[in-house]
Amino acid sequence: MKASAGSRMRLCGMIRKESLQILRDPSSIAIAFVMPLVLLLLFGYGVSLDAKHIPLAIVVEQPDATSTSLTGAFRRSDYFTPRNFDSIQAAQQALDAHEVYGIVWLRSDFSRHLLARGDARIGVVLNGVDANQARITAGYIQGVWQAWLLGYAQTQGVEFRVPVRLEPRIWFNAAVRSRDFLVPGLIAVIMTLIGAMLTSMVVAREWERGTMEALMVTPIRIGEILVGKLVPYFVLGMGGMLQSVGMALWLFDVPLRGSFWALSAASALFMMVALGMGLLISTVARSQFVAGQISIVVTFLPAFILSGFIFQIGSMPEPIQLVTHLIPARYFVAISQTLFLAGNIWPIVLSNSAALLVMMLIFLGLARRNARKRLD
Amino acid sequence: MEALRRIVALAAKELLVILKDKKSRFVLIAPPIVQLIVFGYAATFDLNDIPFAVYNQDRGAASRELIARVAGSPHFHRLADLDHEQQIAPLLDNKEVLMVMRLGPRFSADLQRKRNAQAQLLIDGRNSNTALLALGYLRTIVADFNADWAKQNGLPGPPAQLQVRPWFNASLLSSWFVVPGIVGLLTLVITTIVTALSVAREREAGTFDQLLVTPLRPIEILIGKSVPGILIGLVEGSFILLMTVYWFEVPLRGSIGALYLGMSLFLLSAVGIGLMISSLAVTQQQGILGAFLFLVPSVLLSGFATPISNMPEVVQYITLASPLRYFLVIIRGVFLEGDSYALLFDQYWPMAIIGAVNLTLAGWLFRHRMSY
Repeated sequence: MKASAGSRMRLCGMIRKESLQILRDPSSIAIAFVMPLVLLLLFGYGVSLDAKHIPLAIVVEQPDATSTSLTGAFRRSDYFTPRNFDSIQAAQQALDAHEVYGIVWLRSDFSRHLLARGDARIGVVLNGVDANQARITAGYIQGVWQAWLLGYAQTQGVEFRVPVRLEPRIWFNAAVRSRDFLVPGLIAVIMTLIGAMLTSMVVAREWERGTMEALMVTPIRIGEILVGKLVPYFVLGMGGMLQSVGMALWLFDVPLRGSFWALSAASALFMMVALGMGLLISTVARSQFVAGQISIVVTFLPAFILSGFIFQIGSMPEPIQLVTHLIPARYFVAISQTLFLAGNIWPIVLSNSAALLVMMLIFLGLARRNARKRLD
Repeated sequence: MEALRRIVALAAKELLVILKDKKSRFVLIAPPIVQLIVFGYAATFDLNDIPFAVYNQDRGAASRELIARVAGSPHFHRLADLDHEQQIAPLLDNKEVLMVMRLGPRFSADLQRKRNAQAQLLIDGRNSNTALLALGYLRTIVADFNADWAKQNGLPGPPAQLQVRPWFNASLLSSWFVVPGIVGLLTLVITTIVTALSVAREREAGTFDQLLVTPLRPIEILIGKSVPGILIGLVEGSFILLMTVYWFEVPLRGSIGALYLGMSLFLLSAVGIGLMISSLAVTQQQGILGAFLFLVPSVLLSGFATPISNMPEVVQYITLASPLRYFLVIIRGVFLEGDSYALLFDQYWPMAIIGAVNLTLAGWLFRHRMSY
């Protein structure tokens, strides 16, 4: 009873000390609140895979009614901003200079072939450097072409049948807005950063400033030091998290189809993992330079590339897929994309939360082991 | 001459500070190599072996033929065959499959009777990009099936056909786009961090004041502190370039000189920004924070993963401040499009300006922001 009272007193003292340190050096508060705000604003608006108004060169070698109706179809489409060129050479130059992204080429015999033999060809050239963008653009061009073809067949009274028609239905995101899946993922990426950054330097700082020795001569235990450092940063981090979720809901209009409480619980768990990771880095590094380096290396880029936030994990080679299991953001991206877009799908939420829980225990346990009270 | 000697001495000292510590040497060498390899394979928009399920209520050969075509594609992997409607939702919900193809009981009959046969495709849209790509692949497969079916049954095909030819990357491999981007990404990260802490560390240790009272002039301090960052960046950058060409086998079609001119200017701008952050920071923690605040947006808004042209106009203006944006155009241009100096001129000068402005500011801040 007495021991626990002393422990509580020491813990409160430690939390108070850390909180004061946070309040006096506003950079932690900036990390927790201003950074997610700015980042989410920038990326929520900036990071998008929905192409609109793609500059497209249209080369019509012999203008007539048919070619005009086809170019009109491209002009009416929201995806394209067509520009007319007289010759394919001029259009190719524009493609080289990045003035247009693709070329639609109707040769001089287009209408003749279309009417007489029904085997007209439309040449499409795309800048394939960005393969993803090229594929999506090709899809849009296909869409415009097919719609035009059906309309054309109707006006001509031509019998034209498509043997099998594909009827796609896209679940959870019928409008195929990339923002709806990017924003929940961004929250995970940003919060990994914030969580790890908040704590990655706090222990290293004490070592470097020589105040760790001062802490050691007090009766405080190492576990109490770590908990005392975690608690205030957890409060800060959750504040930032709440703010991000609020922005996703009300600023970016991402629907939240699952339970808010499930999301909060998963967020708290994830925040503990990120903080634990930072704390572990901090106990390993002992210098702020190395701690900073490590936390950048192990948080931002892995969370960005390996979490499944933008690149599909299932498409990666097998060994890399195994590596992604070490990235905490991976689990939270799955949880948050599911809770936001699909609803309370418990198998996904619970299995990923369990993984987060295991990671949290490992990180905190390792940090605890590394931070034994000793002077080297 | 005297000035040169002093600069060399300072640069040598800076390099020693970074390289003599085992841990900081390690963080400079190991992570970039690991990251290049891991990210080079991971950062792909291609779809490989995407699991899908089939709910086929039709008994005809045509439906089996269509399904075999989908399953035979390297992009898809047939995971399950369903026999109840109720099985569809859990599979999609739990992400066990990305899509379910449903063919109704009258599929083959409709096809034979020359009606429109319908193939329903249910796709998990949680990642809308993947959904669109999968749909694109499926459209191609169905179009091929249609063309063959029409030919076999003597039906007229569509009166006009598209012939799509992608330039510069004919088989549309995403690694050709992403891996050169990683060269820029990693060099930027390394250079910025090395320089962002260089002044802050001395301020924290109190040695910066000593540096200021040596005969070194501010401009010499500036150069002496920039050189190690540029050197480290050049060495690491060249190494990653070699890996890109020989390990990832991305074709290098353009002028290497144009690439290195770009890389030098890019490093100059990165070092400028790093030193500027460093001279603003009082502690190393602030230095790291500043580096982060610069790195994260400049990577995400550089066009590395998502095209700049998709961003709203306002954000597109912000991207003009990111040196990575220009370097990505240069490196992808040189690698894939075979660009040379003339076509890249518009990418060179903005980086030179970013570098010059930041270095000037950093030099000014050296003198006017004394440690306190």
